[in-house]
Amino acid sequence: MATGTIVINEIRCKGCTLCTTVCPQDIIHMDTGRVNEKGYTPAILVDPDQRCTGCAICAVICPDVCITVYRDIPASKLHRNVA
Amino acid sequence: MVTLQDELVRTVVYEHPKALTEVPTHYCPGCTHGIAHRLVAEVIDELDIREHTVVVVPVGCAVFAYDYFNLDGVEAPHGRAPAMATGIKRSLRDRIVFTYQGDGDLAAIGTAEIIHAAARGENITTVFINNAIYGMTGGQMAPTTLPGQQTTSSPRGRDIRLAGNPLRITELLAQIDGTCYAVRRSLHSVREIRRAKKALMTAFRTQVNGLGFSIVELLSSCPTNWGITPPDSLKWIEDNMVPFYPLNDFKVSDSVLTMESGA
Repeated sequence: MATGTIVINEIRCKGCTLCTTVCPQDIIHMDTGRVNEKGYTPAILVDPDQRCTGCAICAVICPDVCITVYRDIPASKLHRNVA
Repeated sequence: MVTLQDELVRTVVYEHPKALTEVPTHYCPGCTHGIAHRLVAEVIDELDIREHTVVVVPVGCAVFAYDYFNLDGVEAPHGRAPAMATGIKRSLRDRIVFTYQGDGDLAAIGTAEIIHAAARGENITTVFINNAIYGMTGGQMAPTTLPGQQTTSSPRGRDIRLAGNPLRITELLAQIDGTCYAVRRSLHSVREIRRAKKALMTAFRTQVNGLGFSIVELLSSCPTNWGITPPDSLKWIEDNMVPFYPLNDFKVSDSVLTMESGA
């Protein structure tokens, strides 16, 4: 299974929850009890078991372009188009 | 199989497109305008046309889109984006010119402009965002509002005996000879978002190849004015809008098919 991670740009997040509804690993949650500087509850990655595969489905549905996706790719395949 | 020599390298596979600025959008949480912006920006990046693309933005929720696209942009009077795009494209023929319009802008006050731009076969692209409502002004009934749909100006639901039937704009434009590409897609799921991006890619490529007028209609959500959550809004598109506004290719001209086949 591929491995990867995401970085959520919390300042841009508006707490719409769409990413949490599509994650195949169910590892994106709303960080309830806290708000960002705009006053929205931001989404966070909760992935202690390294289950993120870097599939980028969350980034495809994010309306606010908050999510940068990383995937661990073998060095020999780096020249290929990965997205 | 990963060998010892084949070290894993953490690589960026998805990031902010260059054709979008870093300015946070003013759109409501969950509004699919942001997805549509991003898809257009990705297509522009992938075609490497950012330095000579001009966006003509509408009046409506997308009125500030020139701040969000990292492109040259102009603001059109309400509904007149296709007329402005015509002038820009005819005077600056090397530019890629597209309009980004909502349903209140394109399907109501701008109906004449869009139909005649298509009839003249202007070599421009239109991204048409259909969310079945006037978003910016507070959720009034639009020409695209579904029969029976409640809005602030049709609180008992759209009565077609009083307000008429909704307009299916893309089907209308598909019948015009100057249109080379007219399709409808939706933004309600990851699968449909990916299909929408492919359609936008084709639409922009038709313009690069000078094939005529192209339009991609995107079914979009308005959680604030529909009064439901963002995930429920996407479900509402799937359950209510898609049956009324089918996701089809209404016109793909022979010249577009030739382009797509790589001939």
